[in-house]
Amino acid sequence: MSERAGAAAPGLSRPADEVGVSGRRGKASSSAPRERANHGLVRSFRRVGWRHLVGVLAVVFSLVPIVFVVSAAVNPVGSLSSTQLYPTGAGLGNFTDLLRTTAFGHWYLNSVLIAGLSAFSGVFVSMLAAFAFSRLRFTGRRVGLIALLLIQMFPQFLAVVAIYLMFGRIGDFYPALGLNTQLGLLLLYLGPALGVNTWLMKGFLDTVPRELDESAVIDGATHAQIFFRIILPLVTPMLAVTGLLGFIFTINEFLLANTFLTTPETKTLAVGLYGLIAGQRNANFGMFCAGSLLTAVPTVVLFQFLQRYIVSGLTSGAVKG
Amino acid sequence: MAVERNGAEVTPPRPAADRTPPPPGARLAGQAGKTLLLGLVAALAVWGAFPLVSAHAWPALGALAVVTALIFSVYLSKRRIPLKYLLPGTLLLIAFQVIPVVYTASTALTNFGDGHRGSKQDAVVAIQGASVRQVPGSTEYGLTVATRGGTLVFLLADPSGGTFVGDAKGLRSLDPSSVTVSGGRITSASGYSVLNLGEANARGAEVTALSVPTPDGAIRANGLTRAFDGKASQAYDAGCDCVRDTSTGHVWRADNANGSFVDSDGQKLPQGWRVNVGLRNFGRVLTDSRISGPFLRTLVWNMAFAVLTVLAQFALGLLCALAMHSPRVRGRSVYRALMVLPYAMPSFAMLLVWTDMFNQDFGLINKLFSLNVDWLGQPWTARAAVILVQLWLGYPYMFLVSTGALQAIPKDLQEAAEVDGASAWGRFRQVTLPLLLVALSPLLISSFAYNFNNFNAIRLTTEGGPFPPTDSSVGATDLLITYTYRVAFGGQGAQFGFAAALSLYIFAIVAIISAISFRRTRRQEEVYS
Repeated sequence: MSERAGAAAPGLSRPADEVGVSGRRGKASSSAPRERANHGLVRSFRRVGWRHLVGVLAVVFSLVPIVFVVSAAVNPVGSLSSTQLYPTGAGLGNFTDLLRTTAFGHWYLNSVLIAGLSAFSGVFVSMLAAFAFSRLRFTGRRVGLIALLLIQMFPQFLAVVAIYLMFGRIGDFYPALGLNTQLGLLLLYLGPALGVNTWLMKGFLDTVPRELDESAVIDGATHAQIFFRIILPLVTPMLAVTGLLGFIFTINEFLLANTFLTTPETKTLAVGLYGLIAGQRNANFGMFCAGSLLTAVPTVVLFQFLQRYIVSGLTSGAVKG
Repeated sequence: MAVERNGAEVTPPRPAADRTPPPPGARLAGQAGKTLLLGLVAALAVWGAFPLVSAHAWPALGALAVVTALIFSVYLSKRRIPLKYLLPGTLLLIAFQVIPVVYTASTALTNFGDGHRGSKQDAVVAIQGASVRQVPGSTEYGLTVATRGGTLVFLLADPSGGTFVGDAKGLRSLDPSSVTVSGGRITSASGYSVLNLGEANARGAEVTALSVPTPDGAIRANGLTRAFDGKASQAYDAGCDCVRDTSTGHVWRADNANGSFVDSDGQKLPQGWRVNVGLRNFGRVLTDSRISGPFLRTLVWNMAFAVLTVLAQFALGLLCALAMHSPRVRGRSVYRALMVLPYAMPSFAMLLVWTDMFNQDFGLINKLFSLNVDWLGQPWTARAAVILVQLWLGYPYMFLVSTGALQAIPKDLQEAAEVDGASAWGRFRQVTLPLLLVALSPLLISSFAYNFNNFNAIRLTTEGGPFPPTDSSVGATDLLITYTYRVAFGGQGAQFGFAAALSLYIFAIVAIISAISFRRTRRQEEVYS
């Protein structure tokens, strides 16, 4: 933050700012007579210690279930009842079992492809729409925005009967898009993309100064050039974060995928792994946890990759809502 | 931090070089791309037309033509610029969201569900088919179970050497030259894939259920290798609009308002048909005490669940963000990376893992604290448990957004408050929190709407339980959405029509709450800014 403060007010250099913080705190506490008696330890707790305490507690809370999953994944026995918080033994048996006895490779590829493609295409189509809503004026603009907001409030999966009948019919004509196909599921996931992302992106685009496109218009740029060459590069952080959220949502989607995909080769990770413990919760628990850890890998990699965009991307859209 | 630098990167205008008139090459590339994409659309449309033409699906073909024409007219026109941007998403939205939702909503006006799926004609056929009995003199067939395009059919050979194929639509002759018969049964037929006995056995329920209608009864399987042409013991009589049992004379009259055949004692035949019931499904939620009681109780818990979840997530996320919002904390990036890990884990899997951690006998929680609590077996501990799980899953998100919002609050406001002598708590209460709430209200509201219908949170943990011993229709942790799901697909027979009515209620509740809170935040924003 000191960087931003420094940029905003060049007079305040970074060291002065930091001294300022502690100096002010010191003054405040010394002016209160009650606190003068306090030991340095208490003061230092009030300044930094509590922050570490909160941090440590939160980290413990965050990590306990994850450590448990890791412990179960490397547990050689591989059952739930034999799993402790800390690993009691280490072996990769659960991982090799998972790859050997199930179609885990297929599930993984399906999930990553479906989630990746639906995140990318979803972001692209809603970015197009957000550009229209933010930059262009046309009849039906307000109605369209409100309709989007309303449509996304209807839980899509309650339409699962209709979806099932519909894709059964589509499959009669186009077997490649019917039930139990990955392509069909991908299309289904693209349906709500517009409703979910457009508002967020429009909020973000509204914060991008209009002077930019106006000057481009004067320079003779077409609307497509404004979109692809001026707006798109500016909003990359937002696109990355929305894409990541979409990816996480899709890779976790269970209900529609579970209705849609039935054969082992077409299943996604959520459906496949659920099937693993649906019948035998105790016995397959180690394999399930091993699979869960592997499922987290693409998300964690994306997280690291997009880390610098995440905080700014999440909030800058929200601030303008 | 990189994050803040990046925030600054967004606002300044791009270097002027980017804004000089684009070279003609760019325009050319744009044209080429457009031509390519439109060519792809044309190719897809042609590919899509073939199966529709061969199946004589004219309405679908018409829709395909209209959509293709629309795409071409929008992108070839110099005007209609907004449509160029809106069309791709809108087409997907209409096809895969609006149409299923509208279809679902329209079923709310019907009694669509188990026993009320098809037309009255279908119901009559099903009733007559199910009542078929083998009577002396029935024709016996050699049966071969086969499939055509995934649909089960019977290949039948009669004693005189005639060969037929039968499905739910009826019986048709098969050209003897296209089939091979051996031992009184058909062993292969062109265009059909014959199932061996093991495969046929695996679809035994379908084999038993299939009845091939014939003029005075139906052909049904008797085991997997024989079939008989039996007489229907129940027959529909159009004269009295009723079903009559030919041997006992018992009569079931058609109740066209409810889509069932009912006898004088009020007993219904299991096969009914789909009728329009008007607003009755909606009325049932309000008037039927077996529904309205659980519905209201679930609604109260549902509200509490959504509010408490969002508040808990926000409180913990904000606390962590405040704690980390100081350059004096060493190892901030390590803390941050570890705190947000739950957000990166697959939530469907972690919900199941948490369920196991709450297990009474070998769950981690009881083991760690040497307890023996049946967490998910008692209403209040189960409720606390599902909220705790949501807190774990959701607070990292709130932490991230609060961190971003804190960084966006102008420093001078804090400093001004400090100069005025406000305490740390006072500064937080009077300056930081109101500003944060203005920035984050829309996110909190959408988080509320999301959690209000958080299906996975319940379905993958408690499945709605624990259930009171007297009533298995609704459990202590059921949300409206899991309750509705059980009504739609649950064990007591699917009631799609009624479930659709319930989901419209849910939709209305969420929409109203969101509308009110959005309006309030609007006002708030005007006050503060």
